[in-house]
Amino acid sequence: MSRAALDRLCARLPDAILETHDFRGDETAIVRRASIKDVLRLLRDDPEISCEMLVDLTCVDYLGRDPRFEVVYHLHSLSKRHRLRIKAGVPESDPTIDTVTDLWATAGWLEREVWDFYGVRFNGHPDLRRILMYEEFVGHPLRKDYPVDKRQPLVRRPDLEAWKRDET
Amino acid sequence: MSSEFHVSRFEDAVNWARKYSLFQYPFVTACCGMEFMAVAGPRYDIARFGAEFPRFSPRQADLLIVVGTVTERQAPVLLRIWEQMTEPKWVVAFGVCASSGGFYQNYSVVPGIDHIVPVDVYIPGCPPRPEAVLDGLMMLQERIQRGEGHSQKALVVQSQAEARGPALRGQLPVVR
Repeated sequence: MSRAALDRLCARLPDAILETHDFRGDETAIVRRASIKDVLRLLRDDPEISCEMLVDLTCVDYLGRDPRFEVVYHLHSLSKRHRLRIKAGVPESDPTIDTVTDLWATAGWLEREVWDFYGVRFNGHPDLRRILMYEEFVGHPLRKDYPVDKRQPLVRRPDLEAWKRDET
Repeated sequence: MSSEFHVSRFEDAVNWARKYSLFQYPFVTACCGMEFMAVAGPRYDIARFGAEFPRFSPRQADLLIVVGTVTERQAPVLLRIWEQMTEPKWVVAFGVCASSGGFYQNYSVVPGIDHIVPVDVYIPGCPPRPEAVLDGLMMLQERIQRGEGHSQKALVVQSQAEARGPALRGQLPVVR
């Protein structure tokens, strides 16, 4: 349904687009990291596309692949009633990408979440802090190489363990 | 003419009063809360056990009911609430998440609140049926009557230490 929007994007910014597909009606464009902001601004402001709403901004860790991370943007057009998915690869050696907080204010928290869980930095973000984990937490827990059993407790009472053993 | 009288140890009488007058502080964090509300409501009616009155300050409560998943980030909050409660105090872990972390075996969830506060009764279930909660409450009451609550025992240890004089104080494990 939004194939037309995707074609228009390819026509307007041919250099930014690496690949597109519409598998099962999910129109997706994979774009260059450097031009992510131009692409998203075009998608928001172009009258033919007008994706006014950033539905979600998230990340996927493809450990062992290059680029390792993929930042994913889900856009929705309230006026045209179509959806688009934009992806941009982010390499492990330089996990940064431009912020889109100046396009959509809602990206502020979503980008903080991606930073918190995947360690992807957003250039130009006004307040890039952890959002769900605590300040003392070291590392990024949703990275595939984060040990699955590793815990970083803030409080523990070792005496209670002994107490429990005494009773049973 | 006959006269009747009742003999009891002072502690037994006190514990009898304690077990029928539990002032609970519900620390509700997750879906188990719905089941907790069912127990507190008229159908299952926790009031029959003298524990119907939730307090909204831990300073006025002596039963901490931890209902739901506790994350590592919440753990210091839970500890502080427990510290603020008056003694003697009791803790119930309501549901598997509070008891052991449940199916959350990951970076963010405390693997059982007994890593943070001493737990007197564990109620299993995901969520536990109200009957299980009432059963757990009755177990707690028996425990209180026997004087076996963690906090009750700690108070005994403390008072013995004080009776023996200041020399021994600090050598005994302070379990507070």
